[in-house]
Amino acid sequence: MSTFINGLLRLRRGPWEMVASILIALGVIMLMQPFVLALFTYSFIVTLIGTVMFIIVSHFPE
Amino acid sequence: MIHTPMDKIAKATPEPMARKVRGLSDRTIAWIFVAPSIFLLLAVNIFPLIWTIRLSFTNYKVNRPNREIDFVGLRNYERILTDSDTWMTMQATAHFLIWTIVLQVLIGFALAYLLNMKFKGNDMWTTIIVFPMMLSPAVVGNFWTFLYQPQIGLFNYVVTFFTGGDPSSFSMIGDVHLAPWAIVIADTWMWTPFVMLICLAGLRSIPDSIYEAAECDRASKWRQFWTITIPMALPFLMLAVLFRGIENFKMFDLVVQLTGGGPGNTTTLTSIDLKREAFEKWRTGYSSAYAVILFVTVFGLASIYVKALNKVKER
Repeated sequence: MSTFINGLLRLRRGPWEMVASILIALGVIMLMQPFVLALFTYSFIVTLIGTVMFIIVSHFPE
Repeated sequence: MIHTPMDKIAKATPEPMARKVRGLSDRTIAWIFVAPSIFLLLAVNIFPLIWTIRLSFTNYKVNRPNREIDFVGLRNYERILTDSDTWMTMQATAHFLIWTIVLQVLIGFALAYLLNMKFKGNDMWTTIIVFPMMLSPAVVGNFWTFLYQPQIGLFNYVVTFFTGGDPSSFSMIGDVHLAPWAIVIADTWMWTPFVMLICLAGLRSIPDSIYEAAECDRASKWRQFWTITIPMALPFLMLAVLFRGIENFKMFDLVVQLTGGGPGNTTTLTSIDLKREAFEKWRTGYSSAYAVILFVTVFGLASIYVKALNKVKER
């Protein structure tokens, strides 16, 4: 866990890509879940943040 | 003085032309070769994308080109993301996506595993199995419509042969509970061979020496399957999931031909809904926002898959 947080603080690609991937996956699940309409409403912004973050952090050093 | 063939060719080049070419650096020549491709990419992919994003913030209607275009900000996005009908469409797409991928990967891998075993007629069976993949989706949709006919369809007869009852007692396309499964079955029938081919390539890339070493260590077939076959075929499986996931998220032709999105809206997938908004209701701005939402979702998913694929390859 501390390695993960250290990686985030030192702007390393691995942990940041993990955060971006979790956001994208969360956004897609929110988009397609059949339970709460509010989650569907906010799904796009979550996916968009995750996708843009993924593009940016994939240029971070390893 | 050297008289190689290259010197002769160089001398044969007209002097003005030779001077021009001599003046260009390698980098410039490389750009001259690459420029047409970059121009095409910008014109065909990037420009329409930017144009769509721009339209998504307007109330533009393509069937009323003379009407004044108003900037509506995020209103189109707000409407789509608070619309319960669009939400239902997303759920129909999720049902289709999840079940087709699960069935295609399971059946495709099982078929590939069987075909990877050397037996007589192996190649003939491979050709027969990949046949559905070569057909047009419109053709597949059309003949599955006949197969699903309650009165004359072969599908109902086969099902009732095993379960008993009257073949005309149910309609795969007409029933709101069965129609989502009807499109899953047709797509699985058509695209399982594609997954099978990718898995077969993965299985054939595993060297026999690894299995021979495992035999020497007295590893059981079950253990060999879980510790050699699955991990080594995993990048190929992930590739198959990536391809089918993205393709099925955009699925249109097969479903339109088979059910037309009905009964009701039970098989209206996102791309069908998008087409209706864009070319039946002519809400271009609204449908552009819809297209941007789908694009971001597919792009995000593809990013995750590519990352996962690279990780598996590094192992």
